[in-house]
Amino acid sequence: MRRFLVLRVVGKLLIPFMLLFALYVQFHGDFGPGGGFQAGVIGAAVIVFYALIFGLPAARRLVPDAVVESMVGLGVLLYAGVGVAGLVFGGNYLDYFVLGADPVSGQHRGIFWVEAGVAITVSGVMLKIFYMFAGRRRALEDQ
Amino acid sequence: MMAVTVLAIAVQRNLFSVVVLAGIYSFLMATVLVALDAVDVAMTEASVGAGISTVLLLGALYLCGGEEAKPLARPWLPLAVAAVITGALVYGTLGLPAFSDPSAPIHVHVVPRYLNEALRETGVQNVVTAVLASYRGYDTLGETIVVFTAGAGVIALLRRLRRRGNGEPR
Repeated sequence: MRRFLVLRVVGKLLIPFMLLFALYVQFHGDFGPGGGFQAGVIGAAVIVFYALIFGLPAARRLVPDAVVESMVGLGVLLYAGVGVAGLVFGGNYLDYFVLGADPVSGQHRGIFWVEAGVAITVSGVMLKIFYMFAGRRRALEDQ
Repeated sequence: MMAVTVLAIAVQRNLFSVVVLAGIYSFLMATVLVALDAVDVAMTEASVGAGISTVLLLGALYLCGGEEAKPLARPWLPLAVAAVITGALVYGTLGLPAFSDPSAPIHVHVVPRYLNEALRETGVQNVVTAVLASYRGYDTLGETIVVFTAGAGVIALLRRLRRRGNGEPR
């Protein structure tokens, strides 16, 4: 799709704002609609959009497979790690009250990291599935 | 409008139009959810249902061709089963409390505590986020692990196939 000038220009214009929107959904999830899952999906959709316009190899250069695969595991580890941090600081598993100076700020911190874990895993899985499906064609043609 | 879309999906034989219509259906569903004040769910529906899954289905279609095979069997038995189940479900909804009835069981159990105490206990304005990440932290951890498992499954399935394809010439 490299020939379509309009698509390329519009894509380049839109992608930064889409990424910004994903981050907004992620970090503003405490106050407005949104949260880790939605932000992860939007972030993955940005890369999928990029891959549709500039081709899969370009997207793979931008976000390599190794990064995507480690994101899949990293998010779950981050989420579980927040729970373990609660244990370390003397609370129950996934107990956020002990993470900060006072309960409310502890809750804030816990929710923030948990949402970050969800976003990382979700966008990693979405991207990985997309890479797998889109890469199948080339793998089949190679045979 | 959603009923029309569903009918079009059922009648349509070209899978490409089915995928596009399914995306339209997801967007309509998202608007319904916005109308129900479930903005978080609407956002998810719009991005996952209409965005990512449409792209994935189109990718799958590219791999396997775009025309649905003619159905072999007569549809009467499945149709009858579907009709009976629909009847049972509609009969079941008759027993539910009226829509947005404040005295329904679901609204008097833990919801008042969530709505009244969430801001004080967690300092988070969005009650959905508070319930999701704090009160129901274990559930969300489980959901994250489900997503992780799905990704790991896809990786395991597709990568083995590719290696076998490269390993032994067919």
